Amino acid sequence: MTPAPTQEPTVSVPDTPTETQLLVEPSSMSPRRRVLEGLLRSREFSILVVLLLVIAAATIKNPSFLLSSSGWRDLLLTPSMLILLAVGQAAVIITRNVDLSVGSVLGLTAYLTGRLFIDHPELPMVAVFVAAIVVGGLLGLINGLLVALARVPALVITLGTLYIYRGIVLSWAGSSRINASDLPSGFLSLGTAQVLTIPVLFIVAVAVLVAVGYYLYTARSGREFYAIGSDPDAAVLYGLNVRRRVVGAFVLSGALAGLAGVVFAARYGSVSSDAGTGIELQAVAAVVIGGVAIFGGSGTVWGAALGAVLLVTINRALPMLGIPDFWQQALVGALILSAIVLDRVLAARQSRRLVEARDPS
Amino acid sequence: MDTVSPESAAPPTLTLRDVAKSFGQVVALRSATLVAHPGSIHALVGENGAGKSTLIKIVAGVHRRDGGDFLLAGEPADFGSTAESKAAGVAVIYQEPTLFPDLSVTENIFMGRQILGAGRRIDRAAMHAEAARLFAGLGVHIDPRRPALGLSIADQQIIEIAKAISLDARLLIMDEPTAALSGVEVERLFAVARRLRDEGRAIVFISHRFDEVFDLCDTVTVMRDGEYVATRPIAGTSVEEMVGLMVGREVSDLFPKTPAEIGDPVLEVSGLTARGVFHDVSFTVRSGEIVGLAGLVGAGRSEIARAVFGVDGYESGSVRMKGRAVSPRDPGAAIRAGMAFVPEDRRKQGLVTDASVTDNIAGVIRGSLAKLGLLTKGMENRAVAPWADRLEVKTSSLDMFAKTMSGGNQQKVVIAKWLATKPTLLIIDEPTRGIDVGTKAEVHRLLSELAGQGMAILMISSELPEVLGMADRVLVVCEGRLTADLPRESATPQAVMHAATQTREVAS
Repeated sequence: MTPAPTQEPTVSVPDTPTETQLLVEPSSMSPRRRVLEGLLRSREFSILVVLLLVIAAATIKNPSFLLSSSGWRDLLLTPSMLILLAVGQAAVIITRNVDLSVGSVLGLTAYLTGRLFIDHPELPMVAVFVAAIVVGGLLGLINGLLVALARVPALVITLGTLYIYRGIVLSWAGSSRINASDLPSGFLSLGTAQVLTIPVLFIVAVAVLVAVGYYLYTARSGREFYAIGSDPDAAVLYGLNVRRRVVGAFVLSGALAGLAGVVFAARYGSVSSDAGTGIELQAVAAVVIGGVAIFGGSGTVWGAALGAVLLVTINRALPMLGIPDFWQQALVGALILSAIVLDRVLAARQSRRLVEARDPS
Repeated sequence: MDTVSPESAAPPTLTLRDVAKSFGQVVALRSATLVAHPGSIHALVGENGAGKSTLIKIVAGVHRRDGGDFLLAGEPADFGSTAESKAAGVAVIYQEPTLFPDLSVTENIFMGRQILGAGRRIDRAAMHAEAARLFAGLGVHIDPRRPALGLSIADQQIIEIAKAISLDARLLIMDEPTAALSGVEVERLFAVARRLRDEGRAIVFISHRFDEVFDLCDTVTVMRDGEYVATRPIAGTSVEEMVGLMVGREVSDLFPKTPAEIGDPVLEVSGLTARGVFHDVSFTVRSGEIVGLAGLVGAGRSEIARAVFGVDGYESGSVRMKGRAVSPRDPGAAIRAGMAFVPEDRRKQGLVTDASVTDNIAGVIRGSLAKLGLLTKGMENRAVAPWADRLEVKTSSLDMFAKTMSGGNQQKVVIAKWLATKPTLLIIDEPTRGIDVGTKAEVHRLLSELAGQGMAILMISSELPEVLGMADRVLVVCEGRLTADLPRESATPQAVMHAATQTREVAS
């Protein structure tokens, strides 16, 4: 339906540029076209394009990057762990918080996984998975409660728990490490197992991604994550249960970091006390590259997962393309900066429009 | 227990009787009374600080009352959260609506109570359709799918109203909804409000614009200093009577301005304009003169002061100090030209609360204190002590952290900080906000004394008695324009209120 030009004068039609009229008029596009345009314009789509370009470039240089069976497997398997962390991190950042402790949670649960297999060989594998997820969730619960109740920024709280959780691993593991020979072969084969050429761990990561993505998009409580991140004060005025959602986001992030710990053990076979050190920053980087606003309220876990895949794939592709070490790091940095600058530019353009639309002179 | 009054069939939608509320020492409401009936638009008017907003927040569940009766449709009510008041059918539309900018218009309307389809998943199609239906019912065109970010204030209010209707709110409170709207947008809002009234809802409308009150409302309640003053049918009252009821108090001797010799112009502002904030503002402040800048909250007074001092920019116009132009957007240049600025929010803008009294006062004069680029604690303390003495800042030590001091003492530190720069013009925004009565008088005495020594003072204040008592001349700002320049003799409460509530001509 196109807006009729002859409306009664009581309807607000700003007599300033046509652009502002478009802002308040109902969309005249057909639903199918709107969905298509939205898709093409989305951040997820542009990351996908960049990702495909990176893969294409690496494959042209060295066809085994994609076309060999191990190349295809590694392409999906390597990012699996970071996808899990990025999905949890995205949920937290969407609520305008951040979880820096995930690397330490991962290290703790990876070591726990190894210890359970060594000390309790009778435990079924499922029990180990559940134990790691529950422990991760509990550590996340501690983060969430501290953030929600103490009203200290999550950045500070989780920076503190980053060191505390790492300290627990250090004092527990000491200099001992879990070796592949300590782990049951059934568990280790999980690290490389494939179903129809797709690695099992990747399927796990995608299953989690789909579940969380579906929840955040279609559940009332999932939408509240976005509302809280978009404007925490407004969320209180709306009568939303802000604390419960924030705690929920941290529990989710912790539980997924716990799951990522098991994935770490299965994939690498050896776990020492420094497992996962620094990976929290990769998770944040993946989320930011994936288009989740660092101040919350917008973005999707799909984007965050794609950001994780892009980050890992770039790290693997650049050496293959003969790019020196320094430029590999710098390129990742440039990617993060351009993602953030892009967000700021878009936001500034929007708010400028608002001011112009409001001012009649 | 039934509270139905004999003359009306249905009980009033809202009954507030003798409601009291204090925040610590500050009494916001003494005895507020407001009775709103279904199918009626009830105006609530009063000066800044009369307690209107506090009263509304009690109804909205933001604050809890300390005493008095609160009934909704005859039933006792007491809300501990906004969720409770919402569930009871109360909707509040604030001057600046609180929407989630990243979310779609539809999500903003339905957040927390989205329409669910199969498997408890959100049914977006149904929600968009319902939002479109609500907008159609209101006679407005807003795309339900677009994000709330970038919507005009007027459209944001419409979304709040749509939300209220979808909740089937029986009581709709609008807190100065028209303050940020253009003429056309006001008309649209009024059309919507009348439609809601005709559906039998009760509407409470807070506004400073009398023409709007007379245009839209059928009853008016006046508040002053946290107390109920009177309720009148609109047909039986006049602007003069309302102004009289609003200001009806005498300017006490609490504000002693001693006459000072008024000299040459110090500050000359001409044609100052910042789009959407203030327009064509021109005035002069002479030495020895206290000029009061009066007006309603949000009229643009602080914005004018900030632009004059160079904190914010402006598009056109000029600021001159003693005949010499001061470059825009450069507080450093303003300070060198002899200006000092004591801002409204002293904790955020005027004071480093985590620093000592000395550091705060010496902060702006460090450059001139330093010898050979070096600065010692002793030099700072020697420079600062006389100022602190003079203002009788009560602290055990100048090393005390500013944040531990009372509001009054903090204000004195901020003033001392600026007096140390030996300014010729002092701009002071809300000099006595949040300060106890005794210190208030000290601040007033100080300002008067400074003027007596030839300083030019531009004082912004929302307290009418303070402006009238202190100022040699009162400038009234209304919606970004100067609407009156009143010498002391003719600055009556009525004259100032009239100028401050003048309605803007619709830009054509």
